[in-house]
Amino acid sequence: MKWSELFTSSVGKKVIMALTGIFLILFLIVHVGLNATIWAMDGGEMFNKGAHFMGSNIVPRILEIGLFAGIILHIVQGLMLEFQNRSKRKQGYAVAMGNKGSKWYSRSMGVLGTLILLFLVVHIADFWLPNRSNQGFLLGEEINLYDKMQEVFKQEWVVALYLLGCFSLAWHLLHGFQSAFRTFGVSNKKYLALINCVGIGFSIIVPLAFAMMPVSFYFGWV
Amino acid sequence: MEQYSMNLTLKVWRQKNANEQGRFDTYQVKDISSEMSFLEMIDVLNEEMIREGKDPIAFDHDCREGICGMCSMYIDGRPHGPWQNNTVCQLHMRAYKDGDTIVIEPWRANAFPVIKDLMVDRSSFDRIIQAGGYISVNTGSPVDANAIPVNKDMADASFAAAACIGCGACVSACKNSSAMLFLSAKVTHLALLPQGDPERRSRALKMVAQMDKEGFGACTNTGACEAVCPKGISIENIARLNREYLAAGLVAE
Repeated sequence: MKWSELFTSSVGKKVIMALTGIFLILFLIVHVGLNATIWAMDGGEMFNKGAHFMGSNIVPRILEIGLFAGIILHIVQGLMLEFQNRSKRKQGYAVAMGNKGSKWYSRSMGVLGTLILLFLVVHIADFWLPNRSNQGFLLGEEINLYDKMQEVFKQEWVVALYLLGCFSLAWHLLHGFQSAFRTFGVSNKKYLALINCVGIGFSIIVPLAFAMMPVSFYFGWV
Repeated sequence: MEQYSMNLTLKVWRQKNANEQGRFDTYQVKDISSEMSFLEMIDVLNEEMIREGKDPIAFDHDCREGICGMCSMYIDGRPHGPWQNNTVCQLHMRAYKDGDTIVIEPWRANAFPVIKDLMVDRSSFDRIIQAGGYISVNTGSPVDANAIPVNKDMADASFAAAACIGCGACVSACKNSSAMLFLSAKVTHLALLPQGDPERRSRALKMVAQMDKEGFGACTNTGACEAVCPKGISIENIARLNREYLAAGLVAE
């Protein structure tokens, strides 16, 4: 069996979703951890140091390429799977099954993912793009990202959009976290219970911490 | 429970064949006993239609005791109707009350084309079994008990998976029309026993390939299949199938 056959089968496609999903979950840990330094109450000094390391050191900058590759693969594969799966039932039901047997968010991964994608476009245009273009997309001088956050999060609609992004992320993670492990083949009840617990905790804590960032700036808490 | 009779309104999917457009027709049934099964209720309607010279409703049925997996009806938004761990033939009219309206649809999936009315062609399941859901050699006559040691837990898990009757409710409930619960039950049933062990790797690969060829969707672990399975097949089997498939696919030349 060729690699191409393995990863284009229905199970293989799900493995790609799970692998990239876990990779993006790991990225979220780094991202939320670094950004939490805005609450160091030092006028953004520690935050800018962290941002400077991520933006000027060659290692995180190379990893950044991997991150974009992972995000794009997750999005493209996810959208393709969503459309392929939908096409498998040309004639739909008159009476929908709804929540009889499955949770709404487990059936809405495509919609939730698309909302996150829309948020990501705005988010990248807000911070990553102006910073990297200032650097000439190489290792040039960065902008003051803490000041930039203060400026961006003055607008109500931006804060609202970021909250919507975090809300979508929470539901997306609530299904995605444990589903990824099932795709890898974890069927042991003991481990599944543990994964469920950690998944629920992660899906609440990480998006909540992210959501508090624009809120903190908007209300002038930092 | 006291026996009672009821009058019902049925909205039934009528479709001449796979190529024709279908539609819902509305029927009134009278004096239905609460002790009838759902299929007997349709029998009553059909006999009346035959007497009136109309085309009766085509539906699949065989054993009428909940083990053949033929009665494939999607009733009021749920495969096999409102009861848990149940097939349509074992759904009894005491689940309904006088004046209820019941909507009956066939399984809907490209891989299960409608033959007529509520009958669908589930031969795609047969072809998945033919692709690898068996043991290639004759296992001979029964050997002495305990000649082949089998772990009791494994035997129980295998037996629980072997309870799958291949009715297709999992596919009909799945938003992706995925056959993964069916497939995982068949793979689990054989993979956990010593007799099925030698072919477990090639079996998982062949059966998944056939499932994809038949036009079923990919699994997204929503759990709708498990909720409607008349035999209570667990979604844990799907994780086991994923593991079997990955282990096989990563080492297969």
